[in-house]
Parts: sequence; structure tokens; C-alpha cells
Amino acid sequence: MRNTRKPWLTLVAGIAGTALLTACGGGGAGTSGEDGKTTLTIATFNEFGYEELLKEYEASHPDIKIEHRKAATTNEARDNMNTRIAAGGSGLADIEAIEVDWLPELMQYPDNFADLSDPEVEGRWLDWKAEQATTEDGKLIGYGTDIGPQGICYRADLFEAAGLPTDRAEVAEFLGDSWESYFAAGEKFTAASDAAWYDSAGAIYQGMINQVEAAYEKPDGTPIPLDQNAEAEKVYETVLNASVDRGLSAGLTQWSEDWTNAFQNDGFATMLCPGWMLGVIEGNAAGVQGWDIADTFPGGGGNWGGSFLTVPAAGKNVEAAQDLAAWLTAPEQQLKAFEAQGTFPSQVEALASDELLSQKDAFFNDAPTGQILANRADAVEVTPFKGPNYFAIHETVADAITRVDTDKTDDAAGSWAKAVQAYGELGLD
Amino acid sequence: MADVTTRRDSPEAVAAEKPGRAPSPAPAPPDRARELRSLLARADVKLSPYLYIAPFFVLFALVGLFPLAYTAYVSVHDWHLIGGQGEMVGLQNYADVVQQPKFLTALRNTFSIFLLSAVPQLLAALVIAAVLDANLRAKTFWRMGVLLPYVVAPVAVSLIFSKLFADQSGMVNTLLGFVGVDPVRWHADALASHVAIATMVNFRWTGYNTLILLAAMQAIPRDLYEAAIIDGANRVRTFFSVTVPMLRPTMIFVIITMTIGGLQIFDEPRLYDQQGDGGADRQWLTMTMYLYELGWGAQKSFGRASAVAWILFLLIVAIGLVNFAITRRIASDGSSSGGKRR
Repeated sequence: MRNTRKPWLTLVAGIAGTALLTACGGGGAGTSGEDGKTTLTIATFNEFGYEELLKEYEASHPDIKIEHRKAATTNEARDNMNTRIAAGGSGLADIEAIEVDWLPELMQYPDNFADLSDPEVEGRWLDWKAEQATTEDGKLIGYGTDIGPQGICYRADLFEAAGLPTDRAEVAEFLGDSWESYFAAGEKFTAASDAAWYDSAGAIYQGMINQVEAAYEKPDGTPIPLDQNAEAEKVYETVLNASVDRGLSAGLTQWSEDWTNAFQNDGFATMLCPGWMLGVIEGNAAGVQGWDIADTFPGGGGNWGGSFLTVPAAGKNVEAAQDLAAWLTAPEQQLKAFEAQGTFPSQVEALASDELLSQKDAFFNDAPTGQILANRADAVEVTPFKGPNYFAIHETVADAITRVDTDKTDDAAGSWAKAVQAYGELGLD
Repeated sequence: MADVTTRRDSPEAVAAEKPGRAPSPAPAPPDRARELRSLLARADVKLSPYLYIAPFFVLFALVGLFPLAYTAYVSVHDWHLIGGQGEMVGLQNYADVVQQPKFLTALRNTFSIFLLSAVPQLLAALVIAAVLDANLRAKTFWRMGVLLPYVVAPVAVSLIFSKLFADQSGMVNTLLGFVGVDPVRWHADALASHVAIATMVNFRWTGYNTLILLAAMQAIPRDLYEAAIIDGANRVRTFFSVTVPMLRPTMIFVIITMTIGGLQIFDEPRLYDQQGDGGADRQWLTMTMYLYELGWGAQKSFGRASAVAWILFLLIVAIGLVNFAITRRIASDGSSSGGKRR
């Protein structure tokens, strides 16, 4: 038997070895195929709504082949990107999508990205959107895709069962325009229903912290020590008080298995809803009737997320990649992406177009999502400052919230102390 | 029960069949060339063995020794993921790392997951190997069957198991509910998360170890069993008094490879949830994940990550030495067979 065992082991070793090689070698970006076609890779996360657009581009550019890599979460995309930048840019896609929360840390090393400034695209975006991706010496490292003006998505059927209003306008009034009125409405709902009011304390915290002008860092970029950051601590306490003490949260972590499944079994009735979340809800809640979106947001409008397309300077097809990125972020294409996945345009021309304003979403009970999100974008008053350490500091607080809200292993005060400890470990001061 | 075919493959038989290794000396050379030839022949005998093994050592120096030394070099510097090399800071990185509470958490988790996976795995592998060693029908089928989970990519295993072990909506909790057990909080609770991760490891590695133990079992001379049976020992008794003692050298090998692999566990815990950072309280953060978090996470410090890499290396070497000492004491013949793991 000893001899007959070996071929199998060799085979297994061979398979494992090949798998390893493919895993390492899979990142070969920007290679020209044997058929003379240029292969462009584009790396995105969540839902950008690009599937159809990429096919369209391939059809109109016969010499281009596009490979689309999708990461499930932004954290994953960020890890992947940082690793590859650290490796000198090898294995990066020709176009890398990045999220506004971790844009600032990459802005510190602009040499890694091609300068995308071009007279043709000047004035294409909202001023503040373009500014976010412009370095001090005027280099534009990313083309804006979407912004994330938020409304409140809700389950009209659960509202009805709880004896609450279901009509969009009435719900907007019922929810009110402050966080307190939103939480109070939640108490009325949970008193009459088994479902929770919202999905996750972490999401509510996101919504609230994005209304703070300088959440974790002073506008000159110096981090505010977390134990002295009274403003963030107050938001933290408010969120956990509503989520745990008042019992409004379903105790789920966004993007977790349980969170995804909760869409299918009536886990919660409302959630904060930036434009790009519409596509996520539609995917997770496939087959569920009753989702709708209310034209209101607590605390006076809020923007959550929004992304950019960058072209890493190490790519082999920088020019072709820039063309594709410029095409994808043109107003006409962004409108199509919005239609597909609700990614709300950051382009001036698209924002004013009838096509956007007349947009309706069948899944959300034919809600005029275009008009609602445009109203929500108008309501945004604060453009929060996010410096190079925003993402890292935010993660320490987000973990603290998860410990209390999802894991229930710590109380609010104890978990905050752990966040302060984790902040100290970042070594920023 | 005795498998006749294995006889032919006993080590003695194989050795006897092998042709002589030394190259045959050159035929009688004429005059002047003679001296050169004899020189070459001597060089051939003296040098070529080293040449034959050189590729391994050259490769090892390239992909083993150099990274090891370079990691040590990085670990005494301030070294940013993207920013690159900074000042030399001596052992500061080691001090920083050891002082972070996450270090102890990671150490605890790593050993907890290691024990939860190694012990049941070894016992299960031993029992399954004993069953496979019996005279079954369709032997090859069963033997290949236990190896199947090993062929599945660890990433796929993790994805499936993390669905099964979801806190609220997972299948494991649903099944537990049928027998009246309260849902286990597989992610929130530290020990429960270790059990879940150990389950993935066991699923993947039990079959592999089974085959190694099976191979060793087949090398046990069958007359030992016959003698035991004639002396009136039953199956259970022969298992504990003949099989297990004869397996000791192989078991030591299996345990050492398990230790090396177990202390470096990464894929399974990394993919146990969507975030991949070991849980909000780092309930299932292992040493290698901690290393990754230091280097690529919020701190972006290659210096600290390298420090952890070296601490982990020393830890494994220390445990390896303990294992070696035990091997020396237990097994007089010492040698064992089997491939490398992970």
C-alpha cells in the first residue's frame, strides 16, 4: 500500500501547488492577449452597477477586453489594494475603485496613481466631490462615481401590521427629522411588532458620525485622541442607548451572514439608505414585498460613502484605463449605473437631468428614487472632514459598537475603554 | 486480515531491489588521461552528492533563509506598509507588540484553536485508520474518501462553515434547536468560535492524518498481531498493545506537523466572518492574523508585523525542540515516514 499511496499524495500536492500558483499569479493585470486584444481589469466592491456598462464598452471597443473583479466589502477591497501598493503595484487592477473613507490615506502617496486631470472632465462633478480626490498640487487621482445621500428605507408591510402609516409622505412625517423622533417612532413600532426597528447600531452610528464636521481629526489632519473626543463619544452613547437600552436594533453587523439572511425573515423594519444601498437591499431581499423609501433623514441630511475610480500608475495600460474610467464616470453612464443599482450620481449634469429625476424603482413600490435622493442630496449640510487616519480610528469605534450591539459581550462603557486602548495602539499621537 | 500485497513493499524488499547508487568506475583509461579521470572520478564521488542536494539548499536559502533574515532586519526598524523603511528602533517593535493586549488574546486563541483541533483530530484519525486497516470491501474507495475534504480549498470550506455557524440563522443552531439546545453564539462567544474554527480544520485535515497513520499501520509486521491473537488478545487489546505503541514514531511526526500548521492557522479564522479581523473583540484573532492586522490593518507597521513573525517563529522552534526531546526519549529508531503538511 505504501507505493500506491504515493501517486495520490503527489497528485494532491500537485493540485495544491497549482492552486497556490494560480492564486499568486492570478493578479496579472493589463496583459495583451494572444488575439491582440488589450485586457483591462477593473476592481470594485459591493454593487457599482457596471455589469451592463462594461459589456457595452466592450461592444463599442472591439480591441478591449474587460475583466471585472468584485470584492464583497470595502474593507476587503482596501486590504487588497494596500497590499498590492506595498508590493510596488504588482497585481493591481488597471482601474481600482476606492471609497471616500479610505481615499485620504491613499492621498498621502499620490505617486502611486496616474494623474487623471484632463480639461475634458473639468467641472464634471460636484465641486466638493472633485476636491476630495485632488491633491494640494492639483493632481486629480480619482474620477468620482457616486455619492451616498441617504433616505430611510422601510418595510411598508411591517408598518401596516403594526398599525402605523404606510404611505411614503406620511411615513416621512411619522419618522420626523431628528434622531430622537426617529428613535421615538421606533419605540412605537417595536411595541406593536416582533421585528426590530433598524438593522444595526453600527449603521446608525455611520449615519450620525457622517453629520459631524470633524469626527476624529481636526481639519488640519491631527487626530483627536479618542479619550478626549467628547463629540464622538456622545454619538456613540446615543446610538447604543437607542440600540440596546431602548431595544431598537436587531443586533446585526452589516454584511454579516445573519444580516443578509435577516432581509428574508423580517428581521427589521427600517434602515438608513444611501443610494448605493438600494441595490444591496434589492439583492438581499429578493422576493420580499413591501420595501419602500421615505424622503426624510434624521438630523438634517447625510451622505454615506461614495466612490472614485483610480488608475494605479504601475499599470501597463494607463491610457486605455483612463479612457475607460472617464467613460464610466461620464454622466450618461452613471445614470445607467444608477438605474441598475441605485448608485447616485456625483456628476453635475446627471444631477439635473430629467432622466434622473423621473427615475422610479419598481422594487421599492415604484418610489421616485431619483427625486427622493436628489432631495436628500440637497439636504446635506455638512461635508465631514476625513483625514488620513479616519478609517483606522473609525474602525476602533465600529468594533466597540459591534461588541455591545451584536456580540453583547461588553457594556457601552467597557467597550469604549477598549476602543480607547485600540486607538492608543494605532500610535498616532 | 493480513494484507499479503504489502509484504512485497516492505522496506527491506524495496532496498534489495534498488540498483547500486554509486556510478560504476570508468573502464581502464589509456596513459595520460588516466590521472585526470581518476581525479574526476574522485570529485564525482566526493562532490556530486553535494551538488545533487544543492538545489534544495539554494532554494531554501532563497525562499527560507533570506526572508527569515530580512524579516529580522525589518523587525528592528520603523517600517510603514506604503511609506517603507524608517529609522532603526532596536527592539522597540517587540516591546510594543508584547504590550498590546491583542498579543495575549492572539496567543490564547491560537493555542485554544490548536488544542481543539489537534487532539480530536489525532484521536479521530487513529480510529478511522484502524477501521480502514481492517479487511474492507472497496478499500481504495474508502481510503480516497477520507482524503476528499483535503482536496477542497480551505477558502471554500471556510465559506460554507461560516454559513453553517451563523449566530442567528445558521444550520448548526437550527439543528441544535431540534434537540432542545439553546442557540450557541458561534461568533460572539470566544470559545464557541474556536470550536467552530477547529471544526473546519478537523474537517480538512483528519483524512490526511488518517492516511499517514494508515500507512504506518500497514508497516506493522502482521506476525505481531498473530502472536497477540494466539495469546488470546481481542481486537481492542491488540489495538492498544500492538498498534498504538508501534505507531509512536509516526504519531510524533504527525503531532509536530500539526503543531507547525496549527500555530500558523490563518485561512479559516480569517474567513470566518465578512470583516476578517477576528471579531469585534478579536475573539478568534490568531497569531498570523494579528501579524496581518499589524502589517496591513490600521497600524500598517511592517516593523511590528515582522516582530510578531519572529516571536511566532521562536515559539514554534521552542515547541519543536520539546517535541524533538520527547521523540528522542520515546522512539529509539526515531525515523518515520510521511510528507510535509501545509
